[in-house]
Amino acid sequence: MAAALLSLSGVFVSAYLYLYKLGKIGSLACGAGGCETVQLSRWSTFFGVDVALIGLAGYAALLVLSLAGLQPRWSESRGVSAMLIAASGVGLLFAIYLTYLELFVIHAICRWCVASAVIVAAIFLAAVVDRRLGRRTGPDAA
Amino acid sequence: MRNFYLVLGGAAIIGAGILVYMVRRPAATGIPVNIVVTPADTAGFAGYVLGSASAPVEVIEYSDYQCPYCQGFALIQFPTVKERLIDGGQVRWRFRDFPLEQHPAAHTAAHSTACADDQGRYWEQHHAIFEGQADWSEARNAAREFRSYAERLGLEMKAYDDCMESAKYAGRIQASVESGVRLGVNSTPTFFVNGRPATAAAVSYDRLKAFVDSLSAPAAP
Repeated sequence: MAAALLSLSGVFVSAYLYLYKLGKIGSLACGAGGCETVQLSRWSTFFGVDVALIGLAGYAALLVLSLAGLQPRWSESRGVSAMLIAASGVGLLFAIYLTYLELFVIHAICRWCVASAVIVAAIFLAAVVDRRLGRRTGPDAA
Repeated sequence: MRNFYLVLGGAAIIGAGILVYMVRRPAATGIPVNIVVTPADTAGFAGYVLGSASAPVEVIEYSDYQCPYCQGFALIQFPTVKERLIDGGQVRWRFRDFPLEQHPAAHTAAHSTACADDQGRYWEQHHAIFEGQADWSEARNAAREFRSYAERLGLEMKAYDDCMESAKYAGRIQASVESGVRLGVNSTPTFFVNGRPATAAAVSYDRLKAFVDSLSAPAAP
């Protein structure tokens, strides 16, 4: 459940950043941070695809996986939780790479990117803890 | 479990609502307007100056980056005046910001040039913003267009972004507006030639040249 809620918040954070990249949102609510510096840098795309769009697709996938794990037909399946751990793990590695770029290459921090990194780390942690505890979060356990 | 889906659905609706609001809200300039001017805002600054300090004629221009007439003057007449009179040491030009309230991006434009001035590229950014007026004046995020001009000029972008985010020149822009109001400026562009109000036609190359010549002509016996 925690993973689903976190994934949903990730969807909104990345959608916000992607709408900004599309020019649909005037300016980013960024305080004293360097959101525009990061978002408009050449590292804001990854193999030609907007990083924000990758994040949006990634969080949507994590949301689907975490909701699937809550369904009765898959609640006993360890495959779904393994996929959630793997997908969030990839997301976490990608977030670490992006944070490295912010700190040491771009020299500016985007607080929305930091928020996204925290969210994906929390999803990964929630997925690992859920699997370790062997909890089943289907309707029977509710 | 049902409660969980209710919470998830509620969060989805709230999040989607916030995004829709952000997309539909009016674009913000990002630069505060009508603020209180402090002495620090104007210390040692009385406009962006081009030309020799010893030039016999000084033209003060009060201008708005989002004003089409200002753009017309900047792109059509000013280059000739600059090339033939300012660069020749006969005229000194003093540009002062006068962003009008009906132009929502004008303050941001003025602030963008001030940030470019920090890096010694004021006039290049000034020209780029006037040149691109048709592109940014209706844009949702004009600041982004200004930023792209700054980037094209090769400005150090972290310093530029910090300058824009700090809005540190908002007071200076407001001081410029207030100085214009004190002189009776109520539209743009408004000019003063050696302190006397003049129309845009009066600061064309031909008229200015005639004025400069009249100043240097020997007095009638």
